[in-house]
Amino acid sequence: MLDCKHNTELLSQSLERRITWRERLAMRMHLMMCRGCRNFEKQLAFIRKAARELPRKL
Amino acid sequence: MSAIDPEDLQQHRSYLVRYAILQLRDPHLAEDAVQETLVAAIEGRDKFSAQSSLRTWLVGILKHKILDMLRRRAREPQLNVAEGEDENELVDALFKENGRWAAPPQTWNEPEQSMENTHFWEVFEQCNQRMPLNTARAFMMREFMEMSTEEICQELSISTTNCWVLLHRARLALRECLDINWFGNVR
Ligand SMILES: [Zn+2]
Repeated sequence: MLDCKHNTELLSQSLERRITWRERLAMRMHLMMCRGCRNFEKQLAFIRKAARELPRKL
Repeated sequence: MSAIDPEDLQQHRSYLVRYAILQLRDPHLAEDAVQETLVAAIEGRDKFSAQSSLRTWLVGILKHKILDMLRRRAREPQLNVAEGEDENELVDALFKENGRWAAPPQTWNEPEQSMENTHFWEVFEQCNQRMPLNTARAFMMREFMEMSTEEICQELSISTTNCWVLLHRARLALRECLDINWFGNVR
């Protein structure tokens, strides 16, 4: 079973590389059961969006 | 005749300095990078086509100057403060021994609306400043300058895996900082 620490690593890496289907499966299984990581996933997407918006907000 | 007037360039100066500070985290270095950018812009003004915006063109030059500066810095070992950074502390504090969250992330209230608030961007910049140097640099190269992971690995002379680790730590740190300082999730 994937734990939260490793799951967050995978979520972050999925922004950097194509993750394997096995990894994706493990990630989805974990996310189904873990609200903390579901929130983290959304927040990760928001952080990327915000950082990419920053040059326009200077 | 050139399409740009040195006066126009000056108008973009303060924007360029802020841009450079975010990446270099040193006002003096940032000033130097912008100075070099403006000189390069004047010398290369024939290459500027009025089709693109002047700011976009200047930022393109500035990105190169910033990378040059980081490369020069990397060759001066005594100035490379990033070496001793121990960033595992943060990750250790966030997760328990068994790998579960010490305090699971709570929902953020209306994050999209924050982007309309100028105070949010101040907090965002402060959170960025608080990150350890190399972590912040990798993150800003990736998200702010929108470089690829490969380019960043090359610039920082680190392995791809290390690059992922840095980016991940940066995201964890930023999330934590925004959570406490903007979204008000008190622990
Ligand atoms: Zn989890």
